[in-house]
Amino acid sequence: MEALIFEKSQPGRKGYQLPALDVPSIDPATVLPKASIRTRLAELPEVSELDVVRHYTRLSQLNFSIDTNFYPLGSCTMKYNPKVNEQIANFTGFKLLHPLQPASTVQGFLQVYYELERLLSEMCGMAEFTLQPSAGAHGELTGLLIARAYHKYKGNPRKTVILPDSAHGTNPASAMIAGYNVVTIKSDARGGVDLASLKAALNQDTAVFMLTNPSTLGLFEKHVKEIAKMVHEVGALLYLDGANMNALVGLVRPGDLGFDIMHLNLHKTFSTPHGGGGPAAGPVGVTQALTPFLPVPRVRKTEQGYSLEETSPLSIGKMRAFNGNSLILLRAYTYIRCLGREGVRKNTEIAILNANYLRVKLQDAFQVAIDEPCMHECIFTAAKQKPYGVKTLDIAKRMLDYGYHPPTIYFPLIVDEAMMIEPTETESKQTLDQFIETMHVIAKEAAADPEKLKHAPYTTPVRRLDEVKAAREPNLRWKPTGRQAASPPSAPVGGPHTA
Amino acid sequence: MDFTPHTESERKEMLAAIGVADFKELIKDLPLSEKDLNIPSGLSEGEVVRLGLELGSKNQAAPRLMSFLGAGAYDHFSPAAISALMSRGEFLTSYTPYQPEVSQGTLQTLYEFQSMICELMGMDVTNAGMYEGASALAEAVLLALRETGRKKVLIPQSLHPDYKAVLSTYTLESGTQLIEIPHKNGQMDVAFVARNLTAEVAAVVVQNPNFFGIVEPTEQIAPLAQAAGALFIASVNPISLGLLTPPGDYGADIAVAEGQSLGIAPGFGGPFLGLFACRTKWLRKMPGRLVGQTVDVDGKRAFVLTLQAREQHIRREKATSNVCTTTALIGSCATFYMSLLGKQGLRDVAYQNLAKARYAFDQLTQIPGVRAPFNAPIFNEFVLQTKTSPDVLQKNLLKRGIVAGLPIKKWYPELENASLWCVTETKTKADIDLLVKNLKEVL
Repeated sequence: MEALIFEKSQPGRKGYQLPALDVPSIDPATVLPKASIRTRLAELPEVSELDVVRHYTRLSQLNFSIDTNFYPLGSCTMKYNPKVNEQIANFTGFKLLHPLQPASTVQGFLQVYYELERLLSEMCGMAEFTLQPSAGAHGELTGLLIARAYHKYKGNPRKTVILPDSAHGTNPASAMIAGYNVVTIKSDARGGVDLASLKAALNQDTAVFMLTNPSTLGLFEKHVKEIAKMVHEVGALLYLDGANMNALVGLVRPGDLGFDIMHLNLHKTFSTPHGGGGPAAGPVGVTQALTPFLPVPRVRKTEQGYSLEETSPLSIGKMRAFNGNSLILLRAYTYIRCLGREGVRKNTEIAILNANYLRVKLQDAFQVAIDEPCMHECIFTAAKQKPYGVKTLDIAKRMLDYGYHPPTIYFPLIVDEAMMIEPTETESKQTLDQFIETMHVIAKEAAADPEKLKHAPYTTPVRRLDEVKAAREPNLRWKPTGRQAASPPSAPVGGPHTA
Repeated sequence: MDFTPHTESERKEMLAAIGVADFKELIKDLPLSEKDLNIPSGLSEGEVVRLGLELGSKNQAAPRLMSFLGAGAYDHFSPAAISALMSRGEFLTSYTPYQPEVSQGTLQTLYEFQSMICELMGMDVTNAGMYEGASALAEAVLLALRETGRKKVLIPQSLHPDYKAVLSTYTLESGTQLIEIPHKNGQMDVAFVARNLTAEVAAVVVQNPNFFGIVEPTEQIAPLAQAAGALFIASVNPISLGLLTPPGDYGADIAVAEGQSLGIAPGFGGPFLGLFACRTKWLRKMPGRLVGQTVDVDGKRAFVLTLQAREQHIRREKATSNVCTTTALIGSCATFYMSLLGKQGLRDVAYQNLAKARYAFDQLTQIPGVRAPFNAPIFNEFVLQTKTSPDVLQKNLLKRGIVAGLPIKKWYPELENASLWCVTETKTKADIDLLVKNLKEVL
């Protein structure tokens, strides 16, 4: 393992040089109150540039990633992130723009915002999109606050958000922050909405029904139009968690099905890199009736060019400072312009083809949760391995030894020992065939030598971790030793000693 | 151009293996759209690069423009090693490190990030990052509301207007009352805080330096908050902490920040980096992810996401926050920056910001028709009042390739013709002198 960067520190070493100070030096004590001046320097590492580059390059090599490994992590859409998106996002004409520059100096970026909003609206069948939310969960909260503002405007904010028991955890958490109580309804045998339960739960207090479609079981919700009708009959709104939109783009538009609000995860469907846990972007689309409630600012196109409209009387306000995760939005824009009309549909078709190929080819080794054609992902379980005492976790850990990132495991919660596999459209038949072969080997190992799986992985940089220790004795930071902690600040470049 | 590798014959083979005649049969139950999408046809890579160059050229950035904008997004030099490391596919294209055995790169980097932010802030614990500064502040206020069960929050009038707006959006539906602390000569009115810190107040928020760029008397707040049983939340600029007292030292319960100034491009507003640090007391109430050190079965040091029982994927509606994916890669970026600058470098950068902003302030305020409304300590930003409207000045200076300070009239109408200027270590004396010369000419 790699030592901590702090452990490589040498007092006095530097990895960066500032230009000499060319304005008169001043003693901070003459311009700042004594109580405001730091008396002890932060113990940041003292290392060279090469130390930094080598340390983090070596750390990076301990990661699995899309660029290095097949990563069939269900619901996360780990598709290839094209390099051209990175190239364009690094153009100085985008990267160096200050968010508060006069509109006349950022026309190109405002055009990207405007056109991306239009592209997403068209693909989703929504009237308008806001690009402001920073991630999917942030989009959910935005969408629910829009719903709340709408209901309030109608005279009553209402009280509850209804969710299926298969929903992502962010759904109930977002609903609580938006000031709603959560009502969970059970799913039917194929993981779809149980219409009777929904009917029983819907009433005049219902603000929103949040639905993921395709469901977290990778199946299209057959009754979606009927559901929309039921929801609308009580005056509630239908929300789409667009996490699984990679199954629909170019084939089905959520707006046409009766959804009123939806969010997209651009880091899933539209290929912006996940970055080990963000940054992301979670644009929210709404129908015409809800557009007055969208967050500000809104990008407008006028005869004088593009501009930012800062206020709007019914808007929910702002969800974050400035405009949005602009460089992420630019990557998604680039990607959609590359794909175009034909490409987005082809992507969806291949994503569905790949998932069904795995569904059929893995069935004899692993139990498929619901035996019917799936959308972009497919749920298996460890039921066939249960007699050997092998669990989903063991299978997942064994996959690491073979160089595959495991699927999403133990989700959705309604499937026992779930393994959610999403290959995405960018994986070739050869990759899938090798994966299938490996999964058969693992299934054989489970039967012949279950202990081998229970202690896997063996070949990874570290093996199974003591997670109980991590939680019981939290060690969440490196701490300086006594000697380092006591060291006084030294003189800044070009300035007097201020200790 | 698409990125699917399948040949036509492979598609057919796969469909046959699945047992369907064609693709349509696989999706026969879908209510397909009746018409094709009305979006443009795809572009080749060369065409899309050309489009990107064209769109980029409709924007004006450095070196075509010299900008004196700050107000929550700052121009700092970012060493080349940062973007080189950030572009490594292993960091860029990995998912949240839920499988620690194959994610030690991200996990150890974030553990180092947490350690560095704790050091910088002088706080006990830091999470692995939030979306950005304003929503990080909102999460801190939500924590205070939840833990105290109280409904009032004191916020400075001199808080960044976007941060105010975001706080208002996040708390509007919980019946929370945001009470503004007026400023006196640009600094928060501490006597007002003392008078209004009742048993109904959940938290006092301080921004340091505040929106006007002024250093606040932060050391006076903690005793007042503590006595009233309210949380003291500080929103800070991390670069300033090279020189300014860290929030841990003046008794903040929670410190939040926009981390963009730690080597991250202004990027037209994002992606940025929310920082969230607090006292150990609030550890299990924190939002966001935490990386902890542990050992593997062979006793090797290893890192893992921990204390997840706070989070939405476990606790659902009882979670401490709804955040899931945030900004791990940007947190890594800040880690590279802090490593490169190191202990002394961060202080040196902060010092140069102070010296250059002071120089600019002194030069600019000597121009007839330019005055400083406040006589208070600053870090790298300051407010000026000019005899000409700042909107007009902005327009006229723009013709000369200079982006003037931000007009702040829409938030502070009482400060006539006021604008907010920022000078960081990236500006030379010649840049500042050029600004002074041009401002004189257009005033």
